[in-house]
Amino acid sequence: MLNIKKICLNVAVALIVPAVVPAQQADQSAAKPSKHMESHIGNLTGHSEAGADLYYRYCWGCHGARGNGDGDNAPYISPQPRNFVAGTFKCRSTPTGTLPLDTDLYDTLGRGFNFTNMPSWAALTAQNRADLVAFIKTFSARWVTEKPADPIPIPAEPKLTVESIKHGGELFQKLECWKCHGQEGRGDGPSASTLTDSNDQPIRPYNFTTSNRSKCGRTNADLYRIFMTGLDGTPMPSFADVVKPEDAWDLVHYLRTLQVNNPSPELTMWETTAEGKAIVTAKRVRNTYTGSGVTP
Amino acid sequence: MDNCCPVEGKGTRTGVRSALLYSLVLLIVVLLSCNSASALPAFARKYGMPCSACHEAWPMLSPFGQQFKDNGYQMGNDRDAPIFQQAAYWPVTFRITPVWHRESTSKAQVDGSNGPGGNEAKVTTQGFDWSGLDFHTGGTLAKNFSFYVLPSSDNTGAFHFESVWARIDNIGGSSWFNIKMGKFELDNLLSEKRILTLTNQAGVYQNYHFQPATETPGFYTFGIGDNQDGIEWMGHSKDDRTRISASLLSSNDGSPGQPTSRGYDAFFAASRAFEVGSLGLQRVGGFAYLGEAPTYFQYNLTTTTTVGTDSDTGVPVTSTATAGYPGTGIGNKGFQRYGLIGMWYIKKFDITTIYFHGTDNAYLGLSLPSTSTLPTGAHSPGWNGGLFESHYMLNPQWLFLNRYELIRMSQQALPVVAGTPYTPGVSVPTSGFGNIDALTFGMRYYPFISSRAGFAYHAEYSIVRQRNVSPVTGSDLTSSSLLFGFDFAF
Repeated sequence: MLNIKKICLNVAVALIVPAVVPAQQADQSAAKPSKHMESHIGNLTGHSEAGADLYYRYCWGCHGARGNGDGDNAPYISPQPRNFVAGTFKCRSTPTGTLPLDTDLYDTLGRGFNFTNMPSWAALTAQNRADLVAFIKTFSARWVTEKPADPIPIPAEPKLTVESIKHGGELFQKLECWKCHGQEGRGDGPSASTLTDSNDQPIRPYNFTTSNRSKCGRTNADLYRIFMTGLDGTPMPSFADVVKPEDAWDLVHYLRTLQVNNPSPELTMWETTAEGKAIVTAKRVRNTYTGSGVTP
Repeated sequence: MDNCCPVEGKGTRTGVRSALLYSLVLLIVVLLSCNSASALPAFARKYGMPCSACHEAWPMLSPFGQQFKDNGYQMGNDRDAPIFQQAAYWPVTFRITPVWHRESTSKAQVDGSNGPGGNEAKVTTQGFDWSGLDFHTGGTLAKNFSFYVLPSSDNTGAFHFESVWARIDNIGGSSWFNIKMGKFELDNLLSEKRILTLTNQAGVYQNYHFQPATETPGFYTFGIGDNQDGIEWMGHSKDDRTRISASLLSSNDGSPGQPTSRGYDAFFAASRAFEVGSLGLQRVGGFAYLGEAPTYFQYNLTTTTTVGTDSDTGVPVTSTATAGYPGTGIGNKGFQRYGLIGMWYIKKFDITTIYFHGTDNAYLGLSLPSTSTLPTGAHSPGWNGGLFESHYMLNPQWLFLNRYELIRMSQQALPVVAGTPYTPGVSVPTSGFGNIDALTFGMRYYPFISSRAGFAYHAEYSIVRQRNVSPVTGSDLTSSSLLFGFDFAF
């Protein structure tokens, strides 16, 4: 069963994290970042010394010479570049508030962040990316004082059914996802304009209608993971404590139906029902393509 | 980028003294200069990335920059369309290079004791100069619609269009289906348009432009490094490790208006990159250019123009000239260029190796119309070539480079008659007639790396030797260039 109090608590925690993390850092003032870090990606071992050369070739213009996100270009970028000194990361397989796995950072480098200035660095070699991950870890003392937690379990995706989608829709209402993401998932909920990230910069909730790529991946498992880990440094909380895994999968199935311009099994199934077809048809906007790549 | 033209100057000794003085000043400037600047070329300005992200050493691309280019100048983050830029953003970059350079040729044809043009002399020129000016404008018109237009001038300010193309990217959502049409650089992995050397001798790759010494410019002037007019299909894997392209090109070497021929050429290229541990990304590939060039005009046209008036009779004085009717070149004969390329990275050191093979039809090799009879013993000329270009990137700011190219004729178009000078249409003096060796050293230092502008201190020396082609005696011809410059783009 849902526990609304827990949900509210989690949202509050997510909003407070930006303030809490610097406080934690102050507490850890005795600990200093290590200049020598390694990363371990499968059989690869990344070395921060090699990563430094790469960082000061590719990354410092946005993330800054000291990794605190104040690169020369930062003022012109929205959302702001990640502050590695804070040691908080959006895309993790680990629970909220914990450090990500090396593989999480490695995957982020290869994937990039959709709708931001952070591109995919898949053109770099795997070793390069592993080295960069190691170097990123030299900016924060958290990598010295803490260890990444175990990744959250992702149970097998249950069979897709209309009932699953409908139940997901109910959860979307009960969890009040719509307050930020909007009733149609367009990122235009009543709270959307008030949200800020850990840099105190305005941040927009994800608009599900524009793409089938979320910031942390494009698969259903990626959506599930975002939902259960939250996006640290943003107002998106973790729902791991308040939603059962099977409910989370139902929510994933429903979220896919919000992506009305991106074909998916969920959308196809939803449109086989009279109710779903009416909703999707009403959501679709017919217009002249503007060339932006975004279909509202 | 057009390279510098020789300039009038003083003698060689003065040139050496000037070069040394300039080198000293340059060294001091380099050592004292670590400033940063705020300005940015078009793509860096759009994406807020330092030049060093896309360029191993500007203008040479890094693997990330190559992927960006192959993806239609798009990062792929759904923020590539210009609608996401401020309305004032206009993607324009200009590039020019003020230089001091010294040019020397060992045997220039001059007047002398043997009459007009009958002697050879060493000629050296030196002085301050500048390169041509490039106005690069390119980017996206919309998501998956990209373009590039490059008006380019020589150093007199005479402009031409070096590139004019539009490209539809990721058709059907596939990175394997991109179509480009216009005038564009061939899909050369070692890009001559991104060449790191600027001198008259080394500003182009010898192998990309080589034609046997028995050929005379006319119908058939061709360079694989020249931008060509046509349509290109290009595909690549998402991570750009695998690349493949095929182009259909007008057989006019990139000239506007189809001045000679109605024929078509084809160019194919493919490559595959693979990772070798911590060494870096290695790439191997191959290319082939299969073409035809006309050997004579189907129609001629004689024109008469008035050039003055006879002062005694008052009768207009006219001049007549006969020329081929534009676009009616026929009698096409074939030519081919093939190559294998390897780009090898060993951490901060990299070397590109290319093997070339070229053949021309005998009529092209002798610049004869296909209706004529070939001289006795005539063959289709063939040659092999090699290129070794190495770079050492001390860091993103310092680059040292070296290049050696060689071209060896494997089959001359005319019989070899040792001990006799080159006699057009009859014989050549040696089997190595026209062979080339070219050696280049250089360095570039980028005093700042920003997302605003590019600047490089450039120093380079290049020497080229061609066998048996001096204009009077038919002996070896050696030419050299020394250049210091400020190469900048904004």
